[in-house]
Amino acid sequence: MGIIKVKDRQDKFHQLDAEHGSTIMEIIRDAGLDIEAACGGCCACATCHVYISSEWVKKLKQIDDDEESMLDQAFHVTNNSRLGCQLEYSEDLDGMELTLAPE
Amino acid sequence: MSHKTDVVIIGAGPVGLFAVFELGLLNLNCHLIDNLDKIGGQCAELYPEKPIYDIPAYPKINAQELVDNLIKQAKPFDPTFHLNQQADSIKKMDDEWKITTSNQTIINAKCIVIAAGAGSFVPRRPTIENIELFENTSVFYSIKNKVKFRNKKILIAGGGDSALDWAIDLASIADVTLMHRRKEFRASPDSVSKMLELEKNKKIDFVLGQLSALLGDEKNLKEVQYKHEDNEYSMEVDYLLPFFGLKMELGPIAGWGLNLHENLIAVDTEKFETSVPRIFAIGDINTYPGKLKLILSGFHESALMAQKCFAYCYPEKKNVFRYSTSSKDLHKKLGV
Repeated sequence: MGIIKVKDRQDKFHQLDAEHGSTIMEIIRDAGLDIEAACGGCCACATCHVYISSEWVKKLKQIDDDEESMLDQAFHVTNNSRLGCQLEYSEDLDGMELTLAPE
Repeated sequence: MSHKTDVVIIGAGPVGLFAVFELGLLNLNCHLIDNLDKIGGQCAELYPEKPIYDIPAYPKINAQELVDNLIKQAKPFDPTFHLNQQADSIKKMDDEWKITTSNQTIINAKCIVIAAGAGSFVPRRPTIENIELFENTSVFYSIKNKVKFRNKKILIAGGGDSALDWAIDLASIADVTLMHRRKEFRASPDSVSKMLELEKNKKIDFVLGQLSALLGDEKNLKEVQYKHEDNEYSMEVDYLLPFFGLKMELGPIAGWGLNLHENLIAVDTEKFETSVPRIFAIGDINTYPGKLKLILSGFHESALMAQKCFAYCYPEKKNVFRYSTSSKDLHKKLGV
């Protein structure tokens, strides 16, 4: 068990318990924060778009074609953009900071 | 257009389709309303090629295949589909409901079944300040009549099939710029090569970027500002056509006076009826203690809902419970 730090759209930080095997989207959703995740996590929408803080981006698995394509439906995409449903939490992400993308 | 039927089902996804079957076994006719242009809901629109592993008796089935099978299973009951329209309003008339759609289709039915999943699909609107000011004058998410675009400066934003298809289509009558955040497209290879050909021949301008601001006077858009890799640019345009796929929202149903819990419709677990008699909710759109958003839950809910619909539609008749394996009566209905 570790934590991730999520900044919501009101710029408020939330420290969330994170368990190995859950996706970042699931951790955020199950904590009751406002993340739509319309498709439920099968990389079929772009409503779990988050910005990963720069120092953590390189620790994540590479973005694949599927995720990159889905990001085409998101807005204000940056080099730090990822879909939360495609990122599985593991101990090496303990303490990761990220921000919810605008709705 | 005015119709009369036993049950109107809102949502033609897997659960709505199976409801046609369950209601059909009880001799109830159905009309279905869906905002998409095709049958199958999220399964057909969002992930047709993706496999599902938790449909009973199917170790693995693709979402589109599931939909096709459900359509086939419902076929003996000859449901009527009203696609490309949303159920807008309902009105109680004695022991019937009058349902009016966004296309002004009117259907009178004894019961309503809401099987709307996560809501109806509507275009995803870019998160840019003030975009709503320009919508339907300078900003359009769908195109009904392209004459107004003739010889105008059009900016199409997005990188999927809709963006490319409209860029290709409008290139022959208007000055078209296509904007996308990368020069790769999630669209049919044929459209991509056509678009690149038109770009090469200077019939379409392509720019890399993402929308950041819209400027204009009152409702008329004049200028679009956009960003690419931290640089800001702007261009003059007459019309902006953003194509960023679809999103789901509850829509008009939210105003029908049903008890809601966080955008889900509260139902009982005996009949899956809402707080308003003769209106049912099944599948992902409903909530009750222990609810799981699984297609198989929706199938179960369909069967129980159908029992109560039968009681509403034929108050004088007794419903004899029968199995499809042995009942001659059911075989006749199924045409087997």
